[in-house]
Amino acid sequence: MDKVIVANDISLSYNANETIINQANFSVDSGSFVFITGASGSGKSTLLKSFFGAIKPIQGSLIVGGVELSDVSKNKLNFLRRHIGIVFQDYKLIKEWTIEKNIMMPLIINGYEKSVIQNQVESLLKHVRLKHQAGKYPLELSGGEQQRVAMARALSHNPILILADEPTGNLDEYSSQLIWNLLEGANTQLKTTIIVVTHRIPSTLNVNYKHYHIEYGEIYEIS
Amino acid sequence: MKSVKNHFSLIIALLSILFCIQIFIIVDRSIEAYKENLANNYSIVVVSKKQIKEKEMLLLDESISSVQELPPDNVIKRLNTNIDKKNMNLLKLTLPKFYKLYLYKFPTPDDIKKLKLNLSKNKSITKIEDFAKTHDTTYKLLVLFKNVVFIFAMVVSIVTMLLILKELRIWQFKHNERMSVMGLFGAPIWLRSAILFRLAIVDALISSVLIFLIFIYISTNKWVLLQFQNLNIKVEVFNLVNDSLLLLAISLIVSVTLAAMVVLGHKEEV
Repeated sequence: MDKVIVANDISLSYNANETIINQANFSVDSGSFVFITGASGSGKSTLLKSFFGAIKPIQGSLIVGGVELSDVSKNKLNFLRRHIGIVFQDYKLIKEWTIEKNIMMPLIINGYEKSVIQNQVESLLKHVRLKHQAGKYPLELSGGEQQRVAMARALSHNPILILADEPTGNLDEYSSQLIWNLLEGANTQLKTTIIVVTHRIPSTLNVNYKHYHIEYGEIYEIS
Repeated sequence: MKSVKNHFSLIIALLSILFCIQIFIIVDRSIEAYKENLANNYSIVVVSKKQIKEKEMLLLDESISSVQELPPDNVIKRLNTNIDKKNMNLLKLTLPKFYKLYLYKFPTPDDIKKLKLNLSKNKSITKIEDFAKTHDTTYKLLVLFKNVVFIFAMVVSIVTMLLILKELRIWQFKHNERMSVMGLFGAPIWLRSAILFRLAIVDALISSVLIFLIFIYISTNKWVLLQFQNLNIKVEVFNLVNDSLLLLAISLIVSVTLAAMVVLGHKEEV
């Protein structure tokens, strides 16, 4: 099976005094569903950030989508990011854009044609049950709705990998379930690799998943 | 509304810079026109033992535009003697020659010094009257006026630049988040900053158009034209081609530099 992520002896750190992840080795298969858990401050979000090049390993080799991230150029990093969808706990939507424009942003970046963009956005809005809200701005929506917009944005350009950092951390049960359904659908129907950083793995999930746990800078494979 | 407010602050800042620059240009033009006017009325009187041909006089200094020989009649009239016509003609021949020299431009004190030196090279010239005292006072007054306007324009421009730097921080704050999010999805730097540059260019165009309208109005204003008329000078308040292009270029340079500084100062936040 192809590997989407291969990490060999990677160490992550924000400053010289403290190593957050210490010489970790792991890999993620293409099309798999992965959970990364750990206590607050254990380094799970830092590890996720390293997957899209927001933090570079201070040691070791990290290959994501065939791109070596320990020494990557801006152009190559941009190229990789165009094939990744990211979902954050705080949504990170562009407030001055309508939700329709937020969703089409990755498609514009990837240079899709106008008609394709229009069709894709329409279909996604329907999929996340926000078609009637297309012209609204993020701050006019509830937290759950904003996260659905973020999900639609992450899915819009059919990425090879979706990285989600506590995607349901701020949401109620109903909205959380919708998000898990969307992630599950992307994984089972589109074969998109999903990596989710979370405190708690949902019990209602109907996919096979791999579970890594971070403790004291070490990564353990649980299942 | 907030976005309009942000536009407004940059447009106002740009307007004040452009206004200062154009005012300085007008003052400079007025002073040059006034100097030209003064130069037309200003002349140096030269006394010579012998007659000097105009061509010969012009060769003495390149700043001399024309030479007028003063008739001796006025001098003789002052003598008011009962000299007969024959002796009068003889006297006319023996009197020294008086010449009035006109210059191309209003000279600086240094120009006058140089001119006097060049004229005195001709041995037949015995006296040069440059009316230096009157000239120096007028000249110094003009230079002082120009410098005061220049300093005023500089101070206003510096204060405006500080306002623009403050605006820069607002832009940085405002656009940083959007640029970061776009960066997370692999947008190249030109695409991330395209909106910012478009805003900067639109603001520059708006402020340029506003300043064009203001100065077109000023250049046709009767009161302004009357002031120049009173000074007996003709000044082009606003040149539709040259001034428009200059102000547009300055406006674009300032606003695009501002946008470029925001882009260069951008730090990805995740």
